[in-house]
Formats: sequence, C-alpha cells, structure tokens
Amino acid sequence: MIIKVRFFSMLKGKVGKEEASLSIPENTSAYQLKNILKNEFPAIAEFIDKNIMISVNQEFAHKNTVIKDGDEVALLPPFSGG
Amino acid sequence: MDLIRIQKQGFDINKEIELVKAASKSIGGVVVFLGTARDISRGKEIIKLDFEHYPGMAEKKLKEIRDTALKNFNIIEMGIVHRTGAIAIGENIVLIAAAAQHRNDAFMACEWAITELKRVTPIWKKETTKKGEVWVEEHP
Repeated sequence: MIIKVRFFSMLKGKVGKEEASLSIPENTSAYQLKNILKNEFPAIAEFIDKNIMISVNQEFAHKNTVIKDGDEVALLPPFSGG
Repeated sequence: MDLIRIQKQGFDINKEIELVKAASKSIGGVVVFLGTARDISRGKEIIKLDFEHYPGMAEKKLKEIRDTALKNFNIIEMGIVHRTGAIAIGENIVLIAAAAQHRNDAFMACEWAITELKRVTPIWKKETTKKGEVWVEEHP
C-alpha cells in the first residue's frame, strides 16, 4: 500500500523535499514505520530515533497506531511556536 | 473573521480583543497574551524569525485548545491568532485573548492556552543570526 509522508522544519531540509510517496506493507504500525523511514531516509535517521513525533491524518499517532492505505503521515520535530 | 487563525499578515490587537468581546455582554475582563519577536535567543543576536506550520493540523490543534479552554475554565470566549512566514524583530507573533466575567478565570485560561499551544501545535520557528539559520528545537 502507498502512503504519503510529509517533512517539516529541519527534516525538510535534510531530506531535500516536503513530501514523499512510500510503499509499505499492510498493517504497519507507527512504531514499525519509524524503522522503515530510517532505512528509507538515512539523512534523518538520528532525528527519528531521538525526538520525532508521528501524526497520521493530522492526529498524533501512538506506537500501535496502524497505518492504512492512502494515509498522510507526518514527521514532527519538537514544536517551537508561540 | 474567525476566532482561530493562522495567517501570514500581521494582526490588529484591538480588533482581536473586540472579536472576543463580541461574544457576550457578560464579559467583564479580557486577558491577552501577546508573543513578540525578540532580538536575542540563548545569548545570540537574532536578525529575523521564520515560522512554518502544518496546514490543517495546526489550525485543528488551536481549535481544540479553544474548545478545551471553554470546557475547563469559566471563560466566555477565547481567540487565538498565530502568524507564519517571515517575522521581523519587534513584530507580533501570537495573540491569545481569553474573556470571562471575572479576571481570575481569564488569567488562568490564557496562561494554560499559551503553554498548551507550545506543547501541541505543529508550528516551528527558524532563527536567523549572523552565523546563519537554525530551526529551534525547544519550547521554553
């Protein structure tokens, strides 16, 4: 199945694009997705390990959140608004 | 004009206050938090700021903050506006206005809302110094 991955803040610069389409297995959890993303985008692997949150369809995901076909996943570095 | 907005352009503080005051004649106090762009950050001189947000999710989180504030505090209305894009030193970044019958409820709701905004809203700040640009990874 295909998902959309979005990058923000410093991740966008390190990956070199704002979003990417990614083919992942059915029933992938957010936790498993982090490992897939580390392999797919080695430039940001250390950030994914450290302090990146994941959202699925614009809601915060838990490690057991199951990703579905067509989902929009975003990698969210620590926020600094306000 | 919406009470909850993320926008590139600046905002008029008086208009934002009037917007929440329009909710009810029972309002007896409005507490406003105004975040502005300062020229120093962690000891470094800042030339300008840039804010990026996650369109859709950021607005949704701000709406949730307003909904939760209206539920958990004895306030009548709350407005939140946050700017995005390039912001010069001294310009306004964010405004939260909490309106209540009595001041104490408005103070508490406003303080909670700005802390929550920093915690849950997907907005990121980039600081430009003489040495270059850096994305800020903290929300003090």
